[in-house]
Amino acid sequence: MSPLTQAPHGFLSPTGVEIAFLLVGLVTFGAALVTVTTRQLVHAALWLVVALGGLAVEYLLLTAEFIAWVQVLIYVGSVVVLLLFGLMLTKAPIGRSPDADSGNRWVALAVAVVAAAALVWVVVDAFRTTWIDLDGAAAGSTKVTGASLFQNWVLPFEALSVLLLAALVGAIVLSRKAKAESAPPPVNGRAVTGSSPSVTGSGIHPIEQGGEHGSKLVSTRGSEQGSEQEGAR
Amino acid sequence: MHLAYPAVLSALLFCTGLYGVLARRNAILVLMSVELMLNAVNLNLVAFDVWLSKAARDTLHSGQALTLFTIAVAAAEIGIGLAIVLAVHRNRGTSDIDRLRDTAEGHEDGTPTDGAADEKAEATA
Amino acid sequence: MTTTTLAVLVPLLPFLGAVAGLLLGRAAPGFVRPLAVLPTLAALALACTVAADQGGGRAVDAHTELTPTGSVPIELALYIDGFAVLVAVLVAFVAACVQIYSTGYLRDDPRYPSYAALVSLFTSAMLLVVYSGDLIVLLVGWEVMGICSYFLVGHYWETPEARAASIKAFLVTKLGDVPFLIGLFALATDAGSFRITTVLGTVAHGGLHHPTLVGLLLLCGVAGKSAQFPLHTWLPDAMAGPTPVSALIHAATMVAAGVYFVARLLPVFEAAAAVMVVLAVMGAVTMVGSALAALAQDDIKRVLAYSTIGQLGYMTGALAVGDRGAAVFHLLSHGAFKALLFLAAGVIIHAAGTNSLAVMSRTSGLRDRVPDAYWTMTVALLALAAIPPFSGFFSKESVLGAAEHAATGHAEHAPGSAGWIVLVAGLATALLTAAYATRLWLLAFRGRGAAAADHGRQPLSMTVILWVLAVPSLAFGGFAYRSLPGWFDGRALTPTLTTSVLGTGLALVGGLATYGTWQRTRTLAARAPLGAVAAHPEGDAGLVEAEAIAAHEPAFGDVAHAPDPADPGRLLLGPLHRHAADGFHLDAVYDALFVRPVLAAASLVQFLDREVVETYVRGAGALPRLLGAAVRRAQTGNVQTYVSALLAGTVVLAVAVLLVATGA
Repeated sequence: MSPLTQAPHGFLSPTGVEIAFLLVGLVTFGAALVTVTTRQLVHAALWLVVALGGLAVEYLLLTAEFIAWVQVLIYVGSVVVLLLFGLMLTKAPIGRSPDADSGNRWVALAVAVVAAAALVWVVVDAFRTTWIDLDGAAAGSTKVTGASLFQNWVLPFEALSVLLLAALVGAIVLSRKAKAESAPPPVNGRAVTGSSPSVTGSGIHPIEQGGEHGSKLVSTRGSEQGSEQEGAR
Repeated sequence: MHLAYPAVLSALLFCTGLYGVLARRNAILVLMSVELMLNAVNLNLVAFDVWLSKAARDTLHSGQALTLFTIAVAAAEIGIGLAIVLAVHRNRGTSDIDRLRDTAEGHEDGTPTDGAADEKAEATA
Repeated sequence: MTTTTLAVLVPLLPFLGAVAGLLLGRAAPGFVRPLAVLPTLAALALACTVAADQGGGRAVDAHTELTPTGSVPIELALYIDGFAVLVAVLVAFVAACVQIYSTGYLRDDPRYPSYAALVSLFTSAMLLVVYSGDLIVLLVGWEVMGICSYFLVGHYWETPEARAASIKAFLVTKLGDVPFLIGLFALATDAGSFRITTVLGTVAHGGLHHPTLVGLLLLCGVAGKSAQFPLHTWLPDAMAGPTPVSALIHAATMVAAGVYFVARLLPVFEAAAAVMVVLAVMGAVTMVGSALAALAQDDIKRVLAYSTIGQLGYMTGALAVGDRGAAVFHLLSHGAFKALLFLAAGVIIHAAGTNSLAVMSRTSGLRDRVPDAYWTMTVALLALAAIPPFSGFFSKESVLGAAEHAATGHAEHAPGSAGWIVLVAGLATALLTAAYATRLWLLAFRGRGAAAADHGRQPLSMTVILWVLAVPSLAFGGFAYRSLPGWFDGRALTPTLTTSVLGTGLALVGGLATYGTWQRTRTLAARAPLGAVAAHPEGDAGLVEAEAIAAHEPAFGDVAHAPDPADPGRLLLGPLHRHAADGFHLDAVYDALFVRPVLAAASLVQFLDREVVETYVRGAGALPRLLGAAVRRAQTGNVQTYVSALLAGTVVLAVAVLLVATGA
């Protein structure tokens, strides 16, 4: 049976799943819009949680349960936490900040709207009669996904682990370099940078402050990185 | 379920992320918007994988495998990206993208110390 | 070895010495002095041998053609007659004296190696001119002398006077050389060869189509090189060079080249009577004017420089009346005593610490400090003033005799008018020459005032040379006037009674008049103190001279003269003095006639280039610059705008592709 050649279902013939998908999709889309428009930076991160969680629900509705739980674990669990830490470490203002959007806003809006119009037009035009048959065995159960992953995709999977290792090493290198600059004998990075008021070689005030924060960041973000990579594996 | 629903949702989410990337000043918010765009792609991948696997076109579940890979890569990306943003913030005292204009023609606002810090930031990046 | 081989070696040895000196100058300073002196001495010995071999007999004419050179062949040719061998001996003799003198004069000079090498090169070039039988080869030596004089006059290039003088010497002589070159080409085109023998043969057969034009063109070059009016102005300024260089340029080499060239090609000039008259007028104006100017100069070397111009005027006059024997005779004797005058002046400047006659006239005891210079300079000045029996008397009388000969219509080629012009001017100049020679002697050696400071004895290499040169100044004329005609054209050089009495009488009158005036003016000297002495009088002679030249203008306001009421020349010349001291304002005239128009034209060209041409260039650049400014505005440095533009373009392209793909 080819869904492209014959269309047994009308374009507007809502089923229960479709209604649920539509409602959750609206919530997700709304949360995403708030994320990119709100003036409170921390709220943006929290609305991102809503959007990503909504997407996890959408995955579930599409019977891709493993993906859904991975989504919850990694995005909602670690990425957003990481972003919140980033906001705190860069001393993002709590509350409304009037300059959250740059002057590029209207150009960005135009580009985004035109892109959305083009994409929606193309997608609807191409797939308006295509039907996903969600009945039968789940397409994305853990068993199916695992079998597929470790039978057919094992080599890319291992290559991905190398990528994660590289990212891990990269993050450590970035952190270590900043610490080595601020304190030459790094016995205990936090104690040394915290106690030494001035930094050898660099006389710029923001850098000194940043150096202190950076050394604190290393440990926290390093652990986050580790956990997140565990989750990704 | 119609394939058009997830596809349209994906397109809208992607463009929302696009707007965020182009319009937000704070680099961390830009990273959030990038996450949105990646998730839109993921939704597309999952939806098409489900469709194609049911239609017996594809038995490898390549869409879901690719989604997993994308999630992993996105996690790595957000880690490195945040590290860069923090390094920039440490050196410049700001993480506003439109104030990092060292590549501008003329480069009026750059002081020598800024230049040195910029080099350092590039080196750390 | 044959005479030809020896003759080739004569210019070659100083040339090799110069090359070796330039190469080894820095590496091996110990070899510099031998390399400077020995090749010149060897050239002198060889030149004497060649002279003895030739012996005034038939001319040696040897030539070889290295390679075909187009329509008119250029050959390496030697043409050695009596004139050539004697002038070569003089050149080598004076050059050897100058080289030995320079070892003492410039003994502490850091640039001595290059200086000595250039003097050797200069000597070599002059010897090439003397011996060459081909006009193009002669021209090579001629131009090498020009560039060497540029370097040597500018030896003290730290002083602005020397820089200006070297450039002036080079430019003025080049100004004459351009028509000279054209004249040479015209001559060779008519003759079909650059060989002097062929040219003279053509002239003898009347094969020259435009003798007047060719003669006048050649005269331009001669006037430039031999410092004849109106191209003589470079020579007094060339005094900014070291004294030995002045001696070399003035006595034997550079200025002699022009006279020698005319003597060698005299038939070419004789082919047109107009040229001979022009030559006579040129010589007459030169000798009278320069003698007047010499009487007003304050710088001892400038006095001598103007006297050189005057004596060259005598030679030109002799040529104008068609007697090249007399011209070369005067060239030889003048070479000896003028070299002596300059070298003695160098000693005096060293001892006095100044080159100003006004200052010397307020210094007593100078002649006791430098007795060698005193006696030899006296001899040379007597020779200059043509007092018998010094050598200058015989040579000058031969010139005057030749002029009288032509004036009375006995010369075959020279017009009588030329004879009269030369005779009258020559007699007037004899009076003036004696006057300025006496003035120089009185002011330099008979000064009253503070005693001259004692800087120790002069180096032996300098004083001995003075005595060596004093011998020919004293005796050359008397011994030579009988034997020389055998080497030359055979025309007698014996003084005639009329001109001898007239010339000597006028010279005595001039000398006595100056003495009388000086007796009256010397009392004024004590009332008008003047003085500027070199800052380091104990240094070597070259340093003292450089400082003296540099100090003259700040002290007296002018390089040429000093406001000295005790100067007998001032009283003798009367209102003429001011103009004579300035060289009759010829420099100002040239400035108005040539320099300023050239500068104005240059500024016009500059204006055209800057304002007109460049406007087009700038206009052409305006549009790209505007576009560039517009594009530059896009480079804001904001990454987000870049990405926005990128994505907008992507969307547009994607929509366009879609429209095309769907066929809309």
